[in-house]
Amino acid sequence: MSEASRRIAAPRPDPESAPFWDAARRGALLLKRCRACGNAHYFPRPICPFCMSAETEWIEATGAGTIYSFSVMRRAAPSYALAYVTLDEGVTMMTNLVDCDFDALKVGMRVKVAFKPSDGGPPVPMFTPL
Amino acid sequence: MSIKGKAYIAGIYEHPTRKADDTSVAHLHAESAKGALEDAGLGLGDVDGYFCAGDGSGVLTMANYLGLRPRHIDSTDCGGSSYILHVGHAAEAIALGKCNVALITLAGRPRTDPNFAASMRANNAASPEYPFEHPFAPTTVAMYAMAAARHMHEFGTTSEQLAWVKVAASHHAQWNPNAMLREVVTVADVLASPMIADPLHRLDCCVITDGGGAIVVTSPEIAKSLARPRVKVLGAGEAPKHQMGGRIDLSFSAARWSGPPAFAEAGIAPADIQYASIYDSFTITVVMQLEDLGFCAKGAGGRFVADGNLISGVGRLPFNTDGGGLCNNHPSNRGGLTKVIEAVRQLRGEAHPKVQVPNCGLAIASGIGGSLATRHASATVILERE
Repeated sequence: MSEASRRIAAPRPDPESAPFWDAARRGALLLKRCRACGNAHYFPRPICPFCMSAETEWIEATGAGTIYSFSVMRRAAPSYALAYVTLDEGVTMMTNLVDCDFDALKVGMRVKVAFKPSDGGPPVPMFTPL
Repeated sequence: MSIKGKAYIAGIYEHPTRKADDTSVAHLHAESAKGALEDAGLGLGDVDGYFCAGDGSGVLTMANYLGLRPRHIDSTDCGGSSYILHVGHAAEAIALGKCNVALITLAGRPRTDPNFAASMRANNAASPEYPFEHPFAPTTVAMYAMAAARHMHEFGTTSEQLAWVKVAASHHAQWNPNAMLREVVTVADVLASPMIADPLHRLDCCVITDGGGAIVVTSPEIAKSLARPRVKVLGAGEAPKHQMGGRIDLSFSAARWSGPPAFAEAGIAPADIQYASIYDSFTITVVMQLEDLGFCAKGAGGRFVADGNLISGVGRLPFNTDGGGLCNNHPSNRGGLTKVIEAVRQLRGEAHPKVQVPNCGLAIASGIGGSLATRHASATVILERE
């Protein structure tokens, strides 16, 4: 069962995160990586949350990841699946799981990014099982 | 330097309402403050320290409304654990001579104020993480459910084990005339209740109540001058936990970082605790804190709470003997103040006789404010009857 009819609130980009949402419009998932310490982080910020360097750069993620945890909001109409997905790049992001049978979902499943339209804003990164 | 023995809890008051149709939040703060000061045998003019988090309109508005003239204020807001943190902060201020009578108040009307939810949302919309979370509709229950799902995945915790936390709270709530839910429930009842967000059922979730409360913390000199049982603060700890740049680990809570310093300052171990007030926004919250505070090994929380181990007179660790947030009260969606209150009642010997721990000398109150799955803070205090 999917939640295609759920209205997705539009994110309002701030100046620093504009490239993330521009990339979302072309179906690409961007992360930030720090040139000083080498760590990727999420959500993207200009200053590295691991070493405080301002030398952060945008990198394009493969879009592949693994379900870290999820919960199906059964009481919502329509129901939907809130999730954390750990990307192959090593960061975990909040998302929804879509285009799938909610009853078949399992922690540890492999998933890939699927951008979905928001209500009046840029598309947002959701994930679907491989 | 430590706060051990430098401050006492002299007054407590839990507002009896659970649904306040005709009372303002400010008035609930004021009634609670009045009740706690009267409990202590102190008056408005004695208060020289004031602690007020973000429930209602904040520390300046409430100091004005109450007519307080403090020389020390603290508006630290970390959600429901704020009031446990305030006890520790009050003890610090008192130990340094910054105040001698500290008042902590809480009130809110999530049930009857139609603007309650909207004002919460408005506070969050400007946060930098908001565009990366809000589109996915992360409700509080779904986020705690993700912590539960991960705990089940990593440690094999079961729904039956989680249900025992609610069962224990209900055994205690039956004796509390003010409790919102007084019916004793079984594990089967919990599992049969509607699934809200997998794997949390309705009975895995705390009540939503209007109400409030207050606590008065004083210097040793003032405590000794009052004709009240003496409850001494032995130790305190606090810590936030967040998403760590994307390296999310839901297997533990910030109680791992607030508990050990509190125990170390108090000079005691979890095994010494006779009564525990453990924040119970959801059943999973309790299981994780018990592990993180050191009452059992990591991953063993489910087994620890099973089979009535939290029931007073039955198990090894009597918990939330007022019925907790799961059955009694979770005013303004912030359960930390009532956690301290029941610990003080137990130490005074003022809990209901059916749940009173015999000769209760050492207690803990620990709480998680915010969201286990995103950003939260844990605060822990250790208390002793003198």
